Amino acid sequence: MNKLTEAPGHIPHTGHPRKGFFTDTSICIGCKACEVACKEWNRNPHNSEYELLESSYDNTGALGADTWRHVAFIEQDREHIEKARDSGRALVSLGMPGLGPPGNSDAAGKPSGVDTTPPETPDFRWLMSSDVCKHCTNAGCLDVCPTGALFRTEHGTVVVQDDVCNGCGTCVAGCPFGVIERRSDGTAGVKAERDFTPGEQAPTRNVGVAQKCTLCYDRMVDGQTPACAQACPTTSIKYGEREELVSTARQRVAELHAQGLTEARLYGANDADGVGGTGSVFLLLDEPEVYGLPPDPRVPTADLPRMFKRAGIAAAGMLAATAAAFLAGGRR
Amino acid sequence: MTVSDFDNYRPPEPPRRSRRGGKRRRVGTGDGSGEMPMVPEPEFASYYGRPVVKPPPWGDPIGAYLFLGGVAGGSALLGLGGQLTGRPVLCRNSRLAALTSVGIGAAALVADLGRPERFLNMLRTIKPTSPMSLGSWILAAFSAGVGISAASEIDRLTGSRLPLGPLRRMLRAVEGPAGVEAALFATPLSAYTAVLLSDTANPTWNAAREDLPFVFVGSASLAAAGLAMITTPVQEAGPARALAVLGVAVDVIAMRVMENRMDPVAAEPLREGAPGRMLTWSQRLAVAGGIGVLAGGRHRPVAAACGLALLTASALTRFGILRAGIRSTEDPRYTIEPQKKRLAARRQAGIVDDSITTAG
Repeated sequence: MNKLTEAPGHIPHTGHPRKGFFTDTSICIGCKACEVACKEWNRNPHNSEYELLESSYDNTGALGADTWRHVAFIEQDREHIEKARDSGRALVSLGMPGLGPPGNSDAAGKPSGVDTTPPETPDFRWLMSSDVCKHCTNAGCLDVCPTGALFRTEHGTVVVQDDVCNGCGTCVAGCPFGVIERRSDGTAGVKAERDFTPGEQAPTRNVGVAQKCTLCYDRMVDGQTPACAQACPTTSIKYGEREELVSTARQRVAELHAQGLTEARLYGANDADGVGGTGSVFLLLDEPEVYGLPPDPRVPTADLPRMFKRAGIAAAGMLAATAAAFLAGGRR
Repeated sequence: MTVSDFDNYRPPEPPRRSRRGGKRRRVGTGDGSGEMPMVPEPEFASYYGRPVVKPPPWGDPIGAYLFLGGVAGGSALLGLGGQLTGRPVLCRNSRLAALTSVGIGAAALVADLGRPERFLNMLRTIKPTSPMSLGSWILAAFSAGVGISAASEIDRLTGSRLPLGPLRRMLRAVEGPAGVEAALFATPLSAYTAVLLSDTANPTWNAAREDLPFVFVGSASLAAAGLAMITTPVQEAGPARALAVLGVAVDVIAMRVMENRMDPVAAEPLREGAPGRMLTWSQRLAVAGGIGVLAGGRHRPVAAACGLALLTASALTRFGILRAGIRSTEDPRYTIEPQKKRLAARRQAGIVDDSITTAG
């Protein structure tokens, strides 16, 4: 990445390891406890009329200003499961990093004493995945924020300062994952803020300001676990130091691969990817786009020096054209 | 299968495709034994067709600003040219045009904020990674120069009746340098909006990053020149006519080059739907305006008509590109397909270590 793009390492925070999430979707049961816990703790308004979205059990829709955890539900038949398994196998055969030492791939792929026969493909499966802000190493939203409202915390996470943001919306366009959003008015206040007068509700907080997951910054500074991870009954959402989480994730993928479940793969664990790796790492069981995640996100500021250069040439050209116009149009 | 009477109301389930050994994947290989799919397989999967990236909350005020910022930048340059080459009417009109357009443009920018009362936070810091931050500073610096030079013109227009007192002499002294200062920031003002749009995860704007600045400066030049041709008598508007023709050439060529160099899928929103029609008409009007200037720019009515055509063309370009980008976020296809393609291309080239998806 270029020198312009911000990253957690730019500010040395002694004594604060980078924190993150590891969301293991293979053990998610789709209970949405994370969604509820997030809404309650962060006092986020609900952002729509109650409606059925005709997308399995997902009636939340997508991440947004008022939804900082979103559980995706995907129903797949045997054909899709096999496709997912094949694409995972193709990924393994690429010889990508993290699959044991090079030259030892046979041993890594087939641990002795473990039955590596793929299990019988089921007729049907649910994919459930709790999506969240990725807290990127090179965060597009943070880079393009003109006011400095978005900042990198001492825990390596990316947080909006509600009282600084003026709601320009650049971060919304800057996020390659479609996470951050400007809050319009919610349709209802949350319970804690509600007036006791029947029929009247307190106004929603932070209207007109960009909002997204803070990785529960307020809980973190007190040494607490973020609300979603705390509420998760299956430990599908794990919270901790990013390095540890990534190694946990690698072990888990190796374990699943050893069981023949080649569809398992990691998302965001690679520090060489377009966003420098993400603070929230996911274990997915199909291609990322199936879950609504971009297959090859790239922080827009990675190309910013080049863009400035092109704009500089264009600006100089405009100056030259004007000068030429005055020379050419000199006859009066 | 079922025991409930209510199941009568269910729509019939599609017949389940049976699994035939390992042959299933060879269906449709041309031997005639396979079933023909009724619908071609989509080239990509998505989550219920929902968008991957979000559109920025930028409405028509931002489109208006893109247009007016360009007009202001070009006008300030024409103003400086008029100032240096002794064309007082062109200088005056361009300065006033620059002030008016930058004023309305800035107001539109503020109006589109989620919290307009916090607009000054834009100048809270200088962030090189944020085109919006740099742009705010460019806009502020530009407005200062334009404000001073135009204030002097207004004073002259009103017959020195502004209650300036001793400040009048100072104003007269700094109006020239102020015009130069404004012109210094005029081209960045015209070009930075392209970077602002391209430095995003928006599929269409980001894919246009190489050539969008050229489209924008071309559009700014032809619009400012068009406005000068409307406001200024033909005797002094010669440079404006020349700039209009140059602007049209740059705008039309850059647009072509941009569309051809972009990922074809990401370029689709520039050609289709309402934004596509706007951009088509903007090109037609620009060409018509350019030809009109060449043919009859020395006749005032023709010049004014051409100026109007050019202004409209520029506005259509800006609104078209803004809306095409917003449209490109509505369909996940524009995000996913180019990304999958570039990922596959890198893998083809042997680069396999930079994917966000890893096997371990």
